[in-house]
Amino acid sequence: MKTRYSYGGDEHIFVECDEEMSLEAFFKSLSMTAAVKKARIKGVTEICPANASMQVKFDPDVIKPSDMLKELKAIEKAAAKAKPVIKSRIIEIPVLYNDPWTHETLMRFRERHQDPKSTDIEYTARINNLDGVDGFIKAHSGAPWFVSMVGFVAGLPFLYQMVDRKRQIQSPKYLRPRTDTPKLTVGHGGCFGCIYSVRGAGGYQMFGITPVPIYDPNQKIKHLKEFMCLFRPGDIVKWKPIGREEYDATVAAVEKGKFNLKMKDVTFDLGEFKKDMDGYNAKLMGALNGR
Amino acid sequence: MAVKVIKPGLSTTVQDLGRPGYYHIGIPLSGGMDRLALKAANLLVGNKEGAAVLEAVFMGPELQFTDDATVAVTGAELPPKVNGEARETWTSFKVKKGQTLSFDFLKKGARAYIAISGGIDVPVVLGSRSTYTLGALGGFKGRKLEAGDKLPVGKGRGAKEGRSIPEKLRRAPGMPAELRMLPGLYWHRITAEAGKHFFTDTWKVAPEADRIGYRFRGGRPLEFVPREQPFGAGSDPSNIVDACYPYGSIQVPGGTEPIVLHRDAVSGGGYFMVGTVISADMDLIGQLQPHTPARFVEVTMAQALKARRDQAKLYDKLKASL
Repeated sequence: MKTRYSYGGDEHIFVECDEEMSLEAFFKSLSMTAAVKKARIKGVTEICPANASMQVKFDPDVIKPSDMLKELKAIEKAAAKAKPVIKSRIIEIPVLYNDPWTHETLMRFRERHQDPKSTDIEYTARINNLDGVDGFIKAHSGAPWFVSMVGFVAGLPFLYQMVDRKRQIQSPKYLRPRTDTPKLTVGHGGCFGCIYSVRGAGGYQMFGITPVPIYDPNQKIKHLKEFMCLFRPGDIVKWKPIGREEYDATVAAVEKGKFNLKMKDVTFDLGEFKKDMDGYNAKLMGALNGR
Repeated sequence: MAVKVIKPGLSTTVQDLGRPGYYHIGIPLSGGMDRLALKAANLLVGNKEGAAVLEAVFMGPELQFTDDATVAVTGAELPPKVNGEARETWTSFKVKKGQTLSFDFLKKGARAYIAISGGIDVPVVLGSRSTYTLGALGGFKGRKLEAGDKLPVGKGRGAKEGRSIPEKLRRAPGMPAELRMLPGLYWHRITAEAGKHFFTDTWKVAPEADRIGYRFRGGRPLEFVPREQPFGAGSDPSNIVDACYPYGSIQVPGGTEPIVLHRDAVSGGGYFMVGTVISADMDLIGQLQPHTPARFVEVTMAQALKARRDQAKLYDKLKASL
């Protein structure tokens, strides 16, 4: 893992922790982000962590770009010594896989897909050697996912599954992006999952839909009253497969302000996790379910 | 005081100087694409430089005033009219209670800034009144104006009419437009040859040009340095592991059509970028019409910072002229 720095014009510095995605690169990006925040460098206006990189926006009238670069390099050295342990939240997100809305959409854009004869789930199951739709749902919802980046559009989480690289689900993006994606679609591109926070264009495979809103600019929805975006980098997501009845009931509960998001504070230790991933994930599930 | 929207124009939104601090969760800066023109419009009518104004694209709205106000229109040459009578751009004028402000056809540029004394008084969301349409956030109900909307306007005495900004201080793109850029980010992904013709080729603004980003076409496709794609990046040579996108960054999906991200930028994604348009030239992009020829001009960091100082000096002169 070699860190690479680049100026993004005169107002940004881009820090690539690694060219390829890994939990180590993601943790390096998180610890750099935390250290830059803590350093309170004058002139910094945005600190944005991403999957395997991070970016700082600054005012060059306040701090010279070359001085900003020096600060970041010094911080990198200090951050490298930080223990890969973070305070996190584990959040349960119910998913109706193979739902009618993403199905209608994926049929509408079939000619833009690699395999017009299957659905996105069937295709992704096949190229990942999973046992059909059921096998796919088991793999997708079986182990939790890290929120490795929030962005693209408001509140959209990028998710990275907490399993060995050989068990990571991988799928290409659509050949040509769709012009439409239903709001709250659970998608996947490369090795990353996502939830589309708003309706709009998109290129990720579409697997299902969640009834739980994750972005509310009006801040009316109960779990979004404090802030309009649910996710923060470093959160952990556990998918819960649900049927149509529970989906409808959850939508109704959200509307009535009676839906309670299942969420617990946890501490995540990368070292411990790497020793026994499945065992560590089971413990996280225990924390989520109050065991 | 309020302003009634008779006709909304093509895409008229409320904008100020933007909403910094939320890019890490995908909420972009927003705000006027041509910030210098926005600030000039505010100063002309006696507002603070960062008051909320209307940004009208290609076509002006028709607005009826419920009270007297001072108005100025800057940026694009979109000639204003009061009850059908022509007024000057870049010059303050009065609109009386009951009168209608409308516009003639666009003569030059792309975005006009309409400042009204007192400023557009929509609620402040996350520190700004700017509209972020994609996220239905801020501005007037999170969207562009529609006929029948009643825009609240703040209290303000309003400067006198006839205040004007000299023509030499009205910055506008040349022909072809020259956008200075600092190569970097994933520049190493393209061949030296591709790097050369990226700068020598003349590009044209594509019809897909909006507040999120400006697309350019017409230059030769960029050739990539061959490599085995890193894990998680995706199979196309233009793919990277999804990363943050700087404002002004130039991504080239598939190596064919560069897209320069602007004030409503998507905050990150999986396309490589060849560099970033310098901060001093971001305003110019907001004034480019589709089909305008444009070139990318390579600069160093020292030149970028010099250009930024020149832009600041221009603004100082503009303030001094009033």
